[in-house]
Amino acid sequence: MSPQPPLLSVEDLTVTFTGRGRTDVRAVSGVSFDVAQGQVTGLVGESGCGKSVTSLALMGLLPKKGVTVGGHAYFDGTDLLGLGREQLRDLRGSKLAMIFQDPLSSLNPVIPIGLQVTEILTRHRGLRGDAARKEAALLLERVGIPDPTRRLKEYPHQLSGGMRQRALIAMAVACAPRLLIADEPTTALDVTIQAQILELLKELVDQQGTALLMITHDMGVVAGLCDRVNVLYAGKVVEAAERKPLFAAPTHPYAHGLLGSIPRLDAPRGEPLNPIRGSIQDTIAWSEGCAFAPRCDFYSERCLSGTPELTEPHTAGHRVRCVHPVAPPSKEGADR
Amino acid sequence: MSLLELDDVKVHFPVKRGILFDRTVGHVYAVDGVSLSVTAGQTYGLVGESGCGKTTLGRAVLRLTDITSGSVVFDGTDLAQLPEEEMRRARRRLQMVFQDPLGSLNPRQNIESILAEGMAAHGIGADRAERRERIKEILTKVGLPHSALSRYPHEFSGGQRQRIGIARALVLQPDVIICDEPVSALDVSIQAQVINLLEELQESEGLTYLVIAHDLAVVRHISDVIGVMYLGSLVEEAPSDALYAEPRHPYTRALMSAVPVPDPEVEDRRERILLRGDLPSPASPPAGCRFHTRCPWRQPTRCDTERPALADIGGGHRVACHWAAEIADGSLRPTSELAPPVLVDTGTDGEPGTDPGAGEDTDPGTERKETAAGTPA
Amino acid sequence: MSTKTAKIDRLAELTAQRESAGGASLWTEALRRLRSSKMAIIGAVVIGVFVLLAIVGPWIAPYNPLQQWRGEVFINQNIFVGSRSENWLGLDHLGRDQLSRMLVGARQTLLVGVVATLLGFTVGALIGGLSGAALAFGGKTGQRIDTAVMRFIDMVLALPSLLLAVSIAAIMGQSLTTVMIAVGVVQIPVFARLLRGSMLAQAGSDYVLAARSLGVRRRRIVTAHVLPNSLGPVIVQATLALATAIIEAAALSYLGLGNPDAAQPEWGVMLVQAQPYFDHAPMMALYPALGIIITALGFTLLGEAMREALDPKLRS
Repeated sequence: MSPQPPLLSVEDLTVTFTGRGRTDVRAVSGVSFDVAQGQVTGLVGESGCGKSVTSLALMGLLPKKGVTVGGHAYFDGTDLLGLGREQLRDLRGSKLAMIFQDPLSSLNPVIPIGLQVTEILTRHRGLRGDAARKEAALLLERVGIPDPTRRLKEYPHQLSGGMRQRALIAMAVACAPRLLIADEPTTALDVTIQAQILELLKELVDQQGTALLMITHDMGVVAGLCDRVNVLYAGKVVEAAERKPLFAAPTHPYAHGLLGSIPRLDAPRGEPLNPIRGSIQDTIAWSEGCAFAPRCDFYSERCLSGTPELTEPHTAGHRVRCVHPVAPPSKEGADR
Repeated sequence: MSLLELDDVKVHFPVKRGILFDRTVGHVYAVDGVSLSVTAGQTYGLVGESGCGKTTLGRAVLRLTDITSGSVVFDGTDLAQLPEEEMRRARRRLQMVFQDPLGSLNPRQNIESILAEGMAAHGIGADRAERRERIKEILTKVGLPHSALSRYPHEFSGGQRQRIGIARALVLQPDVIICDEPVSALDVSIQAQVINLLEELQESEGLTYLVIAHDLAVVRHISDVIGVMYLGSLVEEAPSDALYAEPRHPYTRALMSAVPVPDPEVEDRRERILLRGDLPSPASPPAGCRFHTRCPWRQPTRCDTERPALADIGGGHRVACHWAAEIADGSLRPTSELAPPVLVDTGTDGEPGTDPGAGEDTDPGTERKETAAGTPA
Repeated sequence: MSTKTAKIDRLAELTAQRESAGGASLWTEALRRLRSSKMAIIGAVVIGVFVLLAIVGPWIAPYNPLQQWRGEVFINQNIFVGSRSENWLGLDHLGRDQLSRMLVGARQTLLVGVVATLLGFTVGALIGGLSGAALAFGGKTGQRIDTAVMRFIDMVLALPSLLLAVSIAAIMGQSLTTVMIAVGVVQIPVFARLLRGSMLAQAGSDYVLAARSLGVRRRRIVTAHVLPNSLGPVIVQATLALATAIIEAAALSYLGLGNPDAAQPEWGVMLVQAQPYFDHAPMMALYPALGIIITALGFTLLGEAMREALDPKLRS
């Protein structure tokens, strides 16, 4: 669409866990995707697909020992994976921020919320004393925490789950980051609270132009929030497309099966679900063939001849890693 | 014919405090007067958010927690009045499937021992060989290989573990199975397998289900009748399709509008009713209608003083709201003061909410806050 | 048809690796992990050597531990001569062979540690187990029993352990049995508290709830579900307590409340006896101190490794 280069460009990211005396586990094997300025990019998949490990690798939060990270992640021109500890720390919290699934364990339980916010302001924006406190209160108010001056003095356990997530978002956006990585930010919350938080994230993207990398397992959240979606399976992107084409014509058998197996609120009762058989453990190494083959309805011998490539079988910009892509639904124009 | 009938069931947990000896200083009103009936061979879905008391209610039916008052009539007997030993025996006919498939299986028992335990407790099967035959039969029914018998829970995947949990309930040939969040701990692609299995088993074994879940989409998919719980009581109950087509209680509406649908076309068109604030504490529930502190349709009268009863509005649809009729015919609109824009909150204890219907009057507020917060210097 | 089976076979083959040997119980699994843990191996070797010494010590000791070479020892204000080339580890203040005393003393030391810990473990587990079971499954009466027992245990726990041991030793008089009982009694509240807490945690777990919902009888729930799953941390504590027991026994000896038969070598006693001469003959204290430290370390290492192996969260 626009000639503007992407804000974050992840190229061939590979993360391998090398345990003591165990066989190496490749959690992420060659993931590439872009995050465009001011857009919401989704990283979707079930547990074990490597989505969280990807985000941790980007933030440089994986342990140094026993983990090998390969590939590149160009953020605004610099390769995040090549940065030293100090440089990365300066970047985190200022231009790059992250929020996690469990807001309680992401906050320090023995330090008041206010101090945790002002600490960031001091570190990255040089604000001190009253100025920092005032700014912190403004931040809390902005993410919808009522009575912010009182809340600043409270400890994390005194806040509800939704409030904690808001506080965490306030800390993340304290320095107006250019990229916000959200790892399952609403999974631990009730649906009505989830709706509030999603609305808040939307506002941030719309009004501040922050790019959001949304990591989730919930296809419903993706459908409502993301501009572009990357579907992960067993550590690889198996399908990547704009939101509407993806949901209108899921082309990888996994994405296709996943969408067909989710009970929908607006579907009439009694319509049978079409589950994907087996479990994530029924997998084969990507080097052997398609990791999804053992669970796939379209499986054939060809699936076992090496890693399938990402291709664009039906429409431009809709990339699929499969030798038997699912045909789009018959009615024309579903993609548009 | 109703097989299970709950009448004004209350479960209050005492809050105790004390240095040497504990004194009761208050109560948590986990379940506060729930009446419902489950028809034989059908599925009753109980939906609500965390803290609404749905899990406690499920456990109370089996008397896994003590019932404070009310009756639970199962097939003619009031379980609430049964002596301990008789209740234990009654549990053969009322079984439970748990949320956490791994946590609900003893890690030290192999599958055969797990499945045989209930049979031994109820004297089913003369000897080990006979029990084993029965267990094998059930394993086939839930889609597990017979080789599972000698294995341990940690060797299975999440979906398989949940099948074991279902098999454990099934070996006792129960009439009712209470499923407490049966799929919420499972991966999305596995959830459908378990839901389908539950439906197949209902068909083949003639089971009656009480399904407790927070996921409205799942509940709607498998339930004949749905009850919506909020802060310890039912706010609405209706046949599944009717509830979806015409939610009458403001909370049900908000809940439904918040459930994400995996379809961008639907998502873009939807109007969200964002609730403000959090669930009040069940230890000090609000007076009057329990939902009035967060309700976008709240009225100055009655709502905060008079607790609405669950009233039948025809077609098996029951709703506990003073203004349900007015809200339904459109003569009552959500009040703008109670539906503030997203980033501003006027409440005392709440979080912000919004209602797209509130329209223009909210815009200035949003703008003001945005400029106030500003972009950092 | 045949191609389809071939396809399935190929898939089965590819997914089969993880299906390998099934049916490993939690204990088997823990043992397997224990065997592959460096910490556990080092701990086990240290303990093995210690136990071996305790068994064969008296036979391999080069001299009678009571034999004295008085003439070889000369003590005055700033000279301490206690060496004879035949005694590899030198002589003690009474001219006895240090090496022989160490070797023979291993048995006493182990005996004190094991018996004291066993006493603490048995009585503590009994009290804690009954109390926990009463609280979790005994209704109102059970709660009262538990409260009474635990308040008493708390009182005992509130006393400094050494003070308690000293009092017991003072009441019962000096003997080896006294030392063992004193050190053991001190451990009782720890074990009782630990097992009770562990049982309560298990009693609230989902699988116990599941067993109740199955209609399993209370007695079986306690014996088949709650107890076996609660023992892990208590067993780990036992290995750690063994180390503590040896040190506490030494402390009692240090205070002069140890085994009155000073002629009987025991590492704690040896350490105590070396104390007045520390300035001039530090080696005399060093050997028993090293012995105690290494042994305690061995038990601690094994205990830590066991805790890791038994932690279900860390299971692969």
